[in-house]
Amino acid sequence: MIEGVSLRRRMINRLAWAFSLGAVGLALVPLLSILVTVAANGLPVVFSPRFLTLSGPRSPGEPSGILNSVAGSVLISGLASLVAIPVGILAGIYLSEYAGPGGDAVRFSTQVLTGVPAIVAGTFIYGIWVLRFGFSALAGGLALAILMVPVVTRATEEALRAVPRATREAALALGAARWQTTFWVTLAAAKGGVVTGILLALARIMGEAAPLLLTAFGNQFMAQGPLDKSNSLPQLIFVYFTGAFPEWHAQAWGAALVLIALVLGINMVVRWLTRQRY
Amino acid sequence: MTAATVRNILKYLLPRGVSRSVGDRLFHTLALLIGWALVALLAFLAMTLAGRASSSIARFGFSFLWSSSWDVPADLFGALPFIYGTLVTSLLALAIALPISLGAAAFLSEMAPRWLSVPLSFLVELLAAVPSVVYGLWGFFVLVPFLRDYVDPVLGNILGFLPLFQGPQYGSGIMAGGVTLSIMIIPTISAISRDAMRAVPRAQREGALALGATPWETTRRVVLRIARPGVIAATLLGLGRALGETMAVTMVIGNRVGISASLFSGGSTLASIIINELVEAFDPLHIAALVELALVLLLITLATNVIARLLLWRLGVGR
Repeated sequence: MIEGVSLRRRMINRLAWAFSLGAVGLALVPLLSILVTVAANGLPVVFSPRFLTLSGPRSPGEPSGILNSVAGSVLISGLASLVAIPVGILAGIYLSEYAGPGGDAVRFSTQVLTGVPAIVAGTFIYGIWVLRFGFSALAGGLALAILMVPVVTRATEEALRAVPRATREAALALGAARWQTTFWVTLAAAKGGVVTGILLALARIMGEAAPLLLTAFGNQFMAQGPLDKSNSLPQLIFVYFTGAFPEWHAQAWGAALVLIALVLGINMVVRWLTRQRY
Repeated sequence: MTAATVRNILKYLLPRGVSRSVGDRLFHTLALLIGWALVALLAFLAMTLAGRASSSIARFGFSFLWSSSWDVPADLFGALPFIYGTLVTSLLALAIALPISLGAAAFLSEMAPRWLSVPLSFLVELLAAVPSVVYGLWGFFVLVPFLRDYVDPVLGNILGFLPLFQGPQYGSGIMAGGVTLSIMIIPTISAISRDAMRAVPRAQREGALALGATPWETTRRVVLRIARPGVIAATLLGLGRALGETMAVTMVIGNRVGISASLFSGGSTLASIIINELVEAFDPLHIAALVELALVLLLITLATNVIARLLLWRLGVGR
């Protein structure tokens, strides 16, 4: 430090940086605590026999597992992806390739859509779908699709914008129509960014319980198809949490470990895929 | 992709005799429609909720917003206890999360060397990836006993003269909700603030340092001042997340309907009452009132998000 800076200012400088380092540490304490608690309580359950091959929830004392919940999570996220990926990619293409000044309104809306709470998306699908057609995995997928679309849109737009203009011009000069250029050349060049966005969106929706409680409802058994009620991992955790039985709480920790491994695993994969950006 | 590959692909894709402009127009129209459908979706969300809530809106009018009775058998519904719970938990979360997030952002943007700031930023952002229901589980079994045994008694002893810190200490309640939320919004606020601080031109820092400011004075008086709109937007986005958060809050807040001055007391939020009652509600007016709560929540979060995004756009971030 420069000579002549008063001791007081030097001390304040030190203290401020100590505080900001402490803030990072403080922010990471809960993360560490969550990971340790979930691992400590969940590991014995996950490795207990038949936890991965039985369905649940069951009455306390009966053997149960997470098979139907994992399958349900996959089914519901799959249905959500089926809607959200094409819609999100097309909206991203519109924003990057076609939109003029009017595109700002669309861009702004998708960003605001990111802020719509999951519970509101769930209540919306409950009001428009469940009250008419009943609870189903499909209703759950629709609720989650609302949360997924803006993430995919944004990722697609950014990835397309990063593709050099010359790539598009090369395809157009070869006689390709504009839509063919967009679809088979630009989008193909941008697919890394799009896939990353889809993975992050999946990681987000796989952890959602609130909208599913209002739409997919829950099912002790394997869902018999998209129109059947379905369980899911986050929802199983909540149902087991609400019971006052130690066996149920143990099952909740086991399911939490599987869920957190899935979600953090996807985040790690994305981090690895995008490592050259940092 | 080489030109030859492109040509081969195109030969395969282009049936002879089909006008390419037709395909172009179709694709353009489709993309345009989908894009604008997302704008319409926001309006449609609000309108559908308003439609499903119409009987409650017609019955209670605006007094729904400030009535504090929530009596299902008597068909009396008011949103005040839930608006109160939502605002108090979220503001408490902000009060805790803001200093921590800003400190972390300042450290990660201004002080840490790259090899340290990259992994630390990733770890802080992982907090945002932990599912809400896992926060709730951890909150109930780890945080709530910790608050009950160590934090609440201390606060009660030192600040017990304030109504905020009076009454029985169960651990679960408004304060547990606020603390859980604060942990969940730290990654949002710190990541966006960090980006806003990083966007401040280097010359601004060098100017301040050359004038004799210490690094901290440079950060506080120059970097933070220029990045302020971004920090405000980050705070609002964090607030928006806290307002709508459901599972974690529901699992630690104690789910008591009513307004109490004490932070130790149990409470409910807009989101928690919906998740607790909507599926089991069969009285149409009860359902309508719960859907109206969702509408209120949507409007509050939309307002927060719109202001935040406008601020970010003005800064040139996220456009």
